[in-house]
Amino acid sequence: MTEVLTAEEAKKDAAYLTALKELIYQLADDDFLISFRGSEWLGLAPHIEEDVAFSSITQNTMGHAFMFYQLLEDLGEGEIDMLAHERHPSVRRNGIYLEKKNGEGNYLEEPYYDWALTVVRNFLYETFKKVKLEAITKSSYKPLANIAGKVLMEQPYHLAHWKIWMKQLLNSTEEARERIEARLNEAWEEFGDVLEYGTQATEIEHFGLIIGEDELKERWINEVSKTIENLPSTPIGKKYGSGREGEHTEDLDQALNTLSEVYMSDKEAIW
Amino acid sequence: MQEEIRAVLKTVDDPELPNVSVADLGMVHEVTVVGGDVFITMVPTFAGCPALDFIQKNVKTAVEEVDWVKGCEVQFSFEEKWSTDAITDEGKSQLKKHGIAPPPENYRPGEEWTVDCPYCGSDYTSMENVFGPTACRSILYCTSCRNPFEAMKPVVDYVIN
Repeated sequence: MTEVLTAEEAKKDAAYLTALKELIYQLADDDFLISFRGSEWLGLAPHIEEDVAFSSITQNTMGHAFMFYQLLEDLGEGEIDMLAHERHPSVRRNGIYLEKKNGEGNYLEEPYYDWALTVVRNFLYETFKKVKLEAITKSSYKPLANIAGKVLMEQPYHLAHWKIWMKQLLNSTEEARERIEARLNEAWEEFGDVLEYGTQATEIEHFGLIIGEDELKERWINEVSKTIENLPSTPIGKKYGSGREGEHTEDLDQALNTLSEVYMSDKEAIW
Repeated sequence: MQEEIRAVLKTVDDPELPNVSVADLGMVHEVTVVGGDVFITMVPTFAGCPALDFIQKNVKTAVEEVDWVKGCEVQFSFEEKWSTDAITDEGKSQLKKHGIAPPPENYRPGEEWTVDCPYCGSDYTSMENVFGPTACRSILYCTSCRNPFEAMKPVVDYVIN
Protein backbone atom coordinates (compact mmCIF):
# COMPACT_ATOMS: atom_id res chain seq x y z
CA MET A 1 0.00 0.00 0.00
CA THR A 2 1.42 3.36 -0.96
CA GLU A 3 1.41 6.09 1.60
CA VAL A 4 -1.43 8.56 1.63
CA LEU A 5 -0.02 11.88 2.75
CA THR A 6 -3.01 14.20 3.07
CA ALA A 7 -6.74 14.26 3.73
CA GLU A 8 -7.31 15.53 0.17
CA GLU A 9 -5.52 12.51 -1.22
CA ALA A 10 -7.50 10.12 1.00
CA LYS A 11 -10.78 11.63 -0.20
CA LYS A 12 -10.03 10.57 -3.78
CA ASP A 13 -10.53 6.86 -3.06
CA ALA A 14 -14.01 6.21 -1.69
CA ALA A 15 -13.31 2.70 -0.39
CA TYR A 16 -10.10 3.81 1.29
CA LEU A 17 -11.84 6.81 2.85
CA THR A 18 -14.66 4.67 4.29
CA ALA A 19 -12.25 2.24 5.94
CA LEU A 20 -10.03 5.04 7.22
CA LYS A 21 -12.90 6.99 8.81
CA GLU A 22 -14.21 3.85 10.44
CA LEU A 23 -10.86 3.20 12.14
CA ILE A 24 -10.45 6.81 13.29
CA TYR A 25 -13.99 6.95 14.73
CA GLN A 26 -13.10 3.93 16.85
CA LEU A 27 -9.92 5.58 18.14
CA ALA A 28 -11.68 8.88 18.84
CA ASP A 29 -14.78 7.43 20.51
CA ASP A 30 -12.74 5.01 22.67
CA ASP A 31 -10.60 7.83 24.08
CA PHE A 32 -13.61 10.11 24.43
CA LEU A 33 -15.67 7.68 26.50
CA ILE A 34 -12.90 6.44 28.74
CA SER A 35 -11.96 10.07 29.44
CA PHE A 36 -15.53 10.86 30.38
CA ARG A 37 -15.68 7.94 32.82
CA GLY A 38 -12.35 9.13 34.20
CA SER A 39 -13.61 12.69 34.63
CA GLU A 40 -16.48 11.42 36.78
CA TRP A 41 -13.90 10.37 39.37
CA LEU A 42 -12.66 13.92 39.92
CA GLY A 43 -12.69 14.58 43.64
CA LEU A 44 -13.63 10.98 44.42
CA ALA A 45 -10.37 9.12 43.77
CA PRO A 46 -8.91 7.14 46.71
CA HIS A 47 -6.48 9.89 47.72
CA ILE A 48 -5.47 13.39 46.68
CA GLU A 49 -2.36 12.40 44.76
CA GLU A 50 -4.44 9.94 42.77
CA ASP A 51 -6.95 12.67 42.07
CA VAL A 52 -4.19 14.82 40.58
CA ALA A 53 -2.75 11.92 38.58
CA PHE A 54 -6.02 10.53 37.29
CA SER A 55 -7.40 13.90 36.25
CA SER A 56 -4.15 14.72 34.45
CA ILE A 57 -4.31 11.40 32.58
CA THR A 58 -7.96 11.98 31.77
CA GLN A 59 -7.39 15.50 30.49
CA ASN A 60 -4.56 14.33 28.28
CA THR A 61 -6.60 11.41 26.95
CA MET A 62 -9.37 13.85 26.06
CA GLY A 63 -6.66 15.73 24.15
CA HIS A 64 -5.95 12.54 22.24
CA ALA A 65 -9.64 12.14 21.40
CA PHE A 66 -9.58 15.75 20.17
CA MET A 67 -6.71 14.99 17.77
CA PHE A 68 -8.55 12.00 16.32
CA TYR A 69 -11.76 14.04 15.87
CA GLN A 70 -9.60 16.70 14.20
CA LEU A 71 -8.46 14.10 11.66
CA LEU A 72 -12.12 13.34 10.95
CA GLU A 73 -12.89 17.03 10.56
CA ASP A 74 -10.06 17.24 8.03
CA LEU A 75 -11.66 14.32 6.17
CA GLY A 76 -14.90 16.27 5.85
CA GLU A 77 -16.92 14.69 8.65
CA GLY A 78 -17.96 17.99 10.26
CA GLU A 79 -16.72 20.07 13.15
CA ILE A 80 -15.01 18.51 16.15
CA ASP A 81 -17.60 19.70 18.69
CA MET A 82 -20.40 18.28 16.62
CA LEU A 83 -18.57 14.97 16.21
CA ALA A 84 -18.04 14.70 19.95
CA HIS A 85 -21.42 15.94 21.15
CA GLU A 86 -24.10 15.51 18.53
CA ARG A 87 -23.65 12.09 17.01
CA HIS A 88 -26.40 9.63 17.80
CA PRO A 89 -25.45 6.64 20.00
CA SER A 90 -26.11 4.27 17.11
CA VAL A 91 -23.22 5.74 15.12
CA ARG A 92 -20.80 5.77 18.02
CA ARG A 93 -17.96 3.30 17.57
CA ASN A 94 -16.44 2.94 21.05
CA GLY A 95 -16.12 -0.50 22.62
CA ILE A 96 -19.08 -1.17 24.93
CA TYR A 97 -16.86 -1.96 27.93
CA LEU A 98 -15.53 1.60 27.82
CA GLU A 99 -18.96 3.22 28.26
CA LYS A 100 -19.78 1.10 31.31
CA LYS A 101 -20.73 3.13 34.39
CA ASN A 102 -18.12 3.47 37.11
CA GLY A 103 -20.49 1.82 39.58
CA GLU A 104 -23.80 2.51 41.23
CA GLY A 105 -25.15 5.97 41.93
CA ASN A 106 -24.09 9.09 40.07
CA TYR A 107 -21.54 11.83 40.27
CA LEU A 108 -23.74 14.34 42.10
CA GLU A 109 -25.42 12.05 44.60
CA GLU A 110 -24.13 8.94 46.31
CA PRO A 111 -21.47 7.89 43.85
CA TYR A 112 -20.69 4.30 44.88
CA TYR A 113 -18.03 3.92 42.25
CA ASP A 114 -15.78 0.91 42.11
CA TRP A 115 -12.04 1.49 42.06
CA ALA A 116 -11.32 -2.13 41.09
CA LEU A 117 -13.33 -1.68 37.89
CA THR A 118 -11.48 1.55 37.15
CA VAL A 119 -8.04 0.03 37.66
CA VAL A 120 -8.82 -3.05 35.58
CA ARG A 121 -10.53 -1.10 32.83
CA ASN A 122 -7.84 1.54 32.49
CA PHE A 123 -5.02 -1.00 32.65
CA LEU A 124 -6.58 -3.17 29.94
CA TYR A 125 -7.47 -0.17 27.80
CA GLU A 126 -4.11 1.62 28.03
CA THR A 127 -2.33 -1.65 27.19
CA PHE A 128 -4.64 -2.04 24.21
CA LYS A 129 -4.05 1.58 23.17
CA LYS A 130 -0.28 1.05 23.25
CA VAL A 131 -0.32 -2.00 20.95
CA LYS A 132 -2.91 -0.48 18.63
CA LEU A 133 -1.05 2.81 18.24
CA GLU A 134 2.29 1.06 17.79
CA ALA A 135 0.74 -0.77 14.85
CA ILE A 136 -0.71 2.50 13.53
CA THR A 137 2.70 4.21 13.43
CA LYS A 138 3.17 2.13 10.26
CA SER A 139 -0.26 3.06 8.86
CA SER A 140 -0.63 3.93 5.18
CA TYR A 141 -2.37 7.18 6.22
CA LYS A 142 0.52 9.40 7.24
CA PRO A 143 -1.44 12.03 9.25
CA LEU A 144 -2.80 9.21 11.44
CA ALA A 145 0.62 7.57 11.80
CA ASN A 146 2.02 10.96 12.93
CA ILE A 147 -0.63 11.36 15.60
CA ALA A 148 -0.02 7.80 16.83
CA GLY A 149 3.67 8.60 17.23
CA LYS A 150 2.84 11.77 19.13
CA VAL A 151 0.39 10.05 21.49
CA LEU A 152 2.87 7.25 22.15
CA MET A 153 5.36 9.77 23.54
CA GLU A 154 2.90 10.65 26.32
CA GLN A 155 0.88 7.51 26.83
CA PRO A 156 3.64 5.41 28.52
CA TYR A 157 3.09 7.57 31.63
CA HIS A 158 -0.59 6.62 31.64
CA LEU A 159 0.06 2.93 31.18
CA ALA A 160 2.81 2.88 33.82
CA HIS A 161 0.38 4.44 36.29
CA TRP A 162 -2.25 1.73 35.87
CA LYS A 163 0.36 -1.03 35.87
CA ILE A 164 1.49 0.10 39.31
CA TRP A 165 -2.09 0.03 40.64
CA MET A 166 -2.67 -3.37 39.10
CA LYS A 167 0.48 -4.91 40.54
CA GLN A 168 0.04 -3.37 43.96
CA LEU A 169 -3.59 -4.40 44.37
CA LEU A 170 -2.89 -7.94 43.15
CA ASN A 171 -0.17 -8.22 45.79
CA SER A 172 -2.14 -6.48 48.50
CA THR A 173 -4.83 -7.91 50.80
CA GLU A 174 -6.99 -10.87 49.92
CA GLU A 175 -9.98 -8.58 49.46
CA ALA A 176 -8.07 -6.37 47.01
CA ARG A 177 -6.92 -9.36 44.98
CA GLU A 178 -10.39 -10.89 44.90
CA ARG A 179 -12.02 -7.67 43.80
CA ILE A 180 -9.49 -7.16 41.01
CA GLU A 181 -9.88 -10.75 39.86
CA ALA A 182 -13.67 -10.49 39.84
CA ARG A 183 -13.42 -7.37 37.64
CA LEU A 184 -10.91 -9.13 35.38
CA ASN A 185 -13.31 -12.04 34.88
CA GLU A 186 -16.05 -9.54 34.10
CA ALA A 187 -13.78 -7.75 31.61
CA TRP A 188 -13.07 -11.04 29.90
CA GLU A 189 -16.77 -11.39 29.17
CA GLU A 190 -17.06 -7.87 27.75
CA PHE A 191 -13.79 -6.68 26.19
CA GLY A 192 -14.16 -8.60 22.90
CA ASP A 193 -15.49 -5.82 20.68
CA VAL A 194 -12.80 -3.38 21.81
CA LEU A 195 -10.32 -5.68 20.04
CA GLU A 196 -12.26 -5.66 16.77
CA TYR A 197 -12.62 -3.27 13.82
CA GLY A 198 -16.31 -3.84 12.99
CA THR A 199 -17.81 -4.14 9.51
CA GLN A 200 -14.81 -2.61 7.74
CA ALA A 201 -12.28 -5.00 9.30
CA THR A 202 -11.19 -6.58 6.01
CA GLU A 203 -10.78 -3.24 4.24
CA ILE A 204 -9.00 -1.65 7.20
CA GLU A 205 -6.36 -4.38 7.04
CA HIS A 206 -6.30 -4.52 3.24
CA PHE A 207 -5.52 -0.81 2.91
CA GLY A 208 -2.61 -1.12 5.32
CA LEU A 209 -4.23 1.18 7.89
CA ILE A 210 -3.28 -1.20 10.71
CA ILE A 211 -2.44 -4.89 11.29
CA GLY A 212 -5.27 -7.45 11.30
CA GLU A 213 -7.59 -8.03 14.26
CA ASP A 214 -6.14 -11.43 15.19
CA GLU A 215 -2.61 -10.11 15.37
CA LEU A 216 -3.69 -7.10 17.40
CA LYS A 217 -5.51 -9.34 19.86
CA GLU A 218 -2.49 -11.61 20.19
CA ARG A 219 -0.18 -8.67 20.88
CA TRP A 220 -2.61 -7.34 23.47
CA ILE A 221 -2.87 -10.64 25.36
CA ASN A 222 0.88 -10.96 25.24
CA GLU A 223 1.35 -7.47 26.67
CA VAL A 224 -1.35 -7.90 29.36
CA SER A 225 0.17 -11.17 30.53
CA LYS A 226 3.44 -9.39 31.30
CA THR A 227 1.68 -7.75 34.25
CA ILE A 228 -0.96 -10.33 35.17
CA GLU A 229 0.29 -13.87 35.69
CA ASN A 230 -3.00 -15.71 35.73
CA LEU A 231 -5.34 -14.40 33.10
CA PRO A 232 -8.89 -15.76 33.00
CA SER A 233 -8.92 -19.00 31.01
CA THR A 234 -12.26 -18.35 29.33
CA PRO A 235 -12.42 -16.93 25.80
CA ILE A 236 -12.83 -13.15 25.54
CA GLY A 237 -16.50 -12.42 24.96
CA LYS A 238 -18.68 -9.49 23.92
CA LYS A 239 -21.55 -9.85 26.29
CA TYR A 240 -23.45 -6.73 25.17
CA GLY A 241 -22.69 -6.92 21.46
CA SER A 242 -20.31 -4.84 19.37
CA GLY A 243 -19.83 -1.12 19.87
CA ARG A 244 -17.80 -1.19 16.65
CA GLU A 245 -21.07 -1.91 14.86
CA GLY A 246 -23.07 0.71 16.71
CA GLU A 247 -24.52 -1.53 19.40
CA HIS A 248 -24.53 0.12 22.80
CA THR A 249 -26.07 0.05 26.26
CA GLU A 250 -28.04 2.59 28.27
CA ASP A 251 -24.80 3.54 29.94
CA LEU A 252 -23.74 5.28 26.75
CA ASP A 253 -26.96 7.33 26.68
CA GLN A 254 -26.32 8.39 30.26
CA ALA A 255 -22.73 9.31 29.43
CA LEU A 256 -23.64 11.35 26.34
CA ASN A 257 -26.53 13.14 28.04
CA THR A 258 -24.33 14.24 30.90
CA LEU A 259 -21.35 15.05 28.74
CA SER A 260 -23.28 17.12 26.22
CA GLU A 261 -25.68 18.86 28.58
CA VAL A 262 -23.89 22.20 28.59
CA TYR A 263 -23.03 22.07 24.90
CA MET A 264 -26.65 21.33 23.96
CA SER A 265 -27.90 24.22 26.11
CA ASP A 266 -26.17 26.70 23.80
CA LYS A 267 -24.43 25.36 20.73
CA GLU A 268 -23.28 28.78 19.59
CA ALA A 269 -21.51 29.69 22.81
CA ILE A 270 -17.84 30.52 22.51
CA TRP A 271 -15.67 29.30 25.36
CA MET B 1 12.96 39.77 9.06
CA GLN B 2 13.05 36.13 10.10
CA GLU B 3 15.35 37.10 12.95
CA GLU B 4 13.02 39.89 14.00
CA ILE B 5 10.08 37.48 14.22
CA ARG B 6 12.14 34.94 16.10
CA ALA B 7 13.10 37.67 18.57
CA VAL B 8 9.41 38.46 19.10
CA LEU B 9 8.73 34.79 19.78
CA LYS B 10 11.30 34.96 22.57
CA THR B 11 8.95 37.41 24.31
CA VAL B 12 5.79 35.27 24.14
CA ASP B 13 5.57 33.27 27.33
CA ASP B 14 3.86 29.97 27.92
CA PRO B 15 0.69 30.92 29.87
CA GLU B 16 1.40 28.22 32.45
CA LEU B 17 5.13 28.87 32.74
CA PRO B 18 5.58 32.62 33.21
CA ASN B 19 8.88 33.97 31.84
CA VAL B 20 9.58 30.90 29.76
CA SER B 21 9.02 31.76 26.13
CA VAL B 22 7.47 29.45 23.58
CA ALA B 23 10.71 29.79 21.59
CA ASP B 24 12.80 28.61 24.53
CA LEU B 25 10.42 25.71 25.09
CA GLY B 26 11.29 24.57 21.57
CA MET B 27 7.77 24.96 20.27
CA VAL B 28 8.60 27.03 17.18
CA HIS B 29 9.25 24.83 14.18
CA GLU B 30 9.23 27.12 11.18
CA VAL B 31 8.89 30.82 10.44
CA THR B 32 8.19 31.87 6.87
CA VAL B 33 7.87 35.47 5.75
CA VAL B 34 6.16 36.28 2.47
CA GLY B 35 5.95 40.03 1.94
CA GLY B 36 4.07 41.29 4.98
CA ASP B 37 2.60 37.91 5.87
CA VAL B 38 4.13 35.67 8.47
CA PHE B 39 3.45 31.95 8.67
CA ILE B 40 4.49 30.14 11.81
CA THR B 41 4.43 26.40 12.32
CA MET B 42 4.57 25.31 15.93
CA VAL B 43 4.87 21.93 17.56
CA PRO B 44 2.49 21.26 20.44
CA THR B 45 3.95 20.03 23.72
CA PHE B 46 1.45 17.69 25.36
CA ALA B 47 -1.62 16.83 23.30
CA GLY B 48 -4.00 17.45 26.16
CA CYS B 49 -2.50 20.83 26.99
CA PRO B 50 -5.35 23.34 27.28
CA ALA B 51 -2.91 26.23 26.83
CA LEU B 52 -2.36 25.52 23.15
CA ASP B 53 -5.20 27.77 22.00
CA PHE B 54 -3.92 30.64 24.13
CA ILE B 55 -0.41 30.16 22.83
CA GLN B 56 -1.63 30.27 19.26
CA LYS B 57 -3.54 33.49 19.95
CA ASN B 58 -0.73 35.15 21.91
CA VAL B 59 1.84 34.41 19.22
CA LYS B 60 -0.43 35.81 16.53
CA THR B 61 -1.12 38.97 18.51
CA ALA B 62 2.54 39.59 19.34
CA VAL B 63 3.75 39.08 15.78
CA GLU B 64 1.02 41.30 14.33
CA GLU B 65 2.22 44.15 16.52
CA VAL B 66 5.41 44.35 14.46
CA ASP B 67 5.12 47.40 12.13
CA TRP B 68 5.61 45.75 8.78
CA VAL B 69 3.52 42.65 9.50
CA LYS B 70 0.15 42.63 7.77
CA GLY B 71 -1.04 39.29 9.09
CA CYS B 72 0.23 36.29 10.96
CA GLU B 73 -1.00 32.73 10.69
CA VAL B 74 -0.08 30.21 13.35
CA GLN B 75 -0.64 26.51 13.00
CA PHE B 76 0.32 23.42 14.92
CA SER B 77 1.89 20.53 13.10
CA PHE B 78 2.21 16.91 14.17
CA GLU B 79 4.79 16.04 11.55
CA GLU B 80 7.52 17.27 13.82
CA LYS B 81 7.38 15.91 17.32
CA TRP B 82 8.17 18.06 20.31
CA SER B 83 10.48 16.52 22.82
CA THR B 84 11.85 17.93 26.03
CA ASP B 85 15.30 17.89 24.37
CA ALA B 86 14.11 20.91 22.38
CA ILE B 87 14.11 23.19 25.44
CA THR B 88 16.96 25.71 25.21
CA ASP B 89 19.51 26.43 27.95
CA GLU B 90 17.82 29.79 28.50
CA GLY B 91 14.50 27.96 28.87
CA LYS B 92 16.00 25.57 31.39
CA SER B 93 17.42 28.36 33.50
CA GLN B 94 14.09 30.23 33.47
CA LEU B 95 12.25 27.07 34.50
CA LYS B 96 14.53 26.67 37.50
CA LYS B 97 13.82 30.24 38.63
CA HIS B 98 10.18 29.23 38.93
CA GLY B 99 10.92 26.17 40.98
CA ILE B 100 10.54 23.79 38.07
CA ALA B 101 13.43 21.46 37.40
CA PRO B 102 14.20 21.05 33.70
CA PRO B 103 13.84 17.57 32.22
CA PRO B 104 16.86 15.25 32.34
CA GLU B 105 19.09 15.16 29.27
CA ASN B 106 19.63 12.06 27.14
CA TYR B 107 16.67 10.35 28.73
CA ARG B 108 15.54 7.03 27.27
CA PRO B 109 11.87 6.02 27.61
CA GLY B 110 11.12 3.65 30.44
CA GLU B 111 14.23 4.60 32.40
CA GLU B 112 13.92 6.02 35.87
CA TRP B 113 15.11 9.56 36.07
CA THR B 114 16.59 11.64 38.83
CA VAL B 115 16.01 15.33 39.32
CA ASP B 116 18.12 17.85 41.19
CA CYS B 117 16.33 20.38 43.36
CA PRO B 118 15.92 23.66 41.43
CA TYR B 119 16.38 25.65 44.67
CA CYS B 120 19.43 24.12 46.35
CA GLY B 121 20.79 21.79 43.68
CA SER B 122 20.69 18.73 45.92
CA ASP B 123 20.01 15.35 44.36
CA TYR B 124 18.46 14.18 47.64
CA THR B 125 14.94 14.41 46.21
CA SER B 126 11.92 12.16 45.98
CA MET B 127 9.14 11.82 43.43
CA GLU B 128 5.81 12.51 45.10
CA ASN B 129 3.64 12.23 42.00
CA VAL B 130 4.61 11.65 38.37
CA PHE B 131 1.55 13.73 37.51
CA GLY B 132 1.33 17.37 38.49
CA PRO B 133 -0.73 20.52 37.92
CA THR B 134 -0.26 20.27 34.15
CA ALA B 135 0.28 17.30 31.85
CA CYS B 136 3.95 18.19 31.37
CA ARG B 137 4.95 18.39 35.04
CA SER B 138 5.61 16.11 38.02
CA ILE B 139 5.62 16.91 41.76
CA LEU B 140 8.75 16.29 43.82
CA TYR B 141 10.14 17.02 47.26
CA CYS B 142 13.66 18.02 48.27
CA THR B 143 14.72 16.28 51.45
CA SER B 144 17.73 18.55 51.71
CA CYS B 145 16.15 22.04 51.68
CA ARG B 146 12.65 20.72 52.40
CA ASN B 147 10.98 22.46 49.52
CA PRO B 148 8.35 20.88 47.37
CA PHE B 149 9.05 21.53 43.70
CA GLU B 150 8.02 20.51 40.22
CA ALA B 151 9.89 19.00 37.31
CA MET B 152 9.19 18.73 33.59
CA LYS B 153 8.51 15.13 32.62
CA PRO B 154 10.95 13.82 30.05
CA VAL B 155 9.16 13.25 26.74
CA VAL B 156 11.21 11.86 23.91
CA ASP B 157 10.69 10.13 20.61
CA TYR B 158 9.05 6.76 21.02
CA VAL B 159 11.07 3.79 19.81
CA ILE B 160 9.14 0.61 19.13
CA ASN B 161 10.96 -2.44 20.40
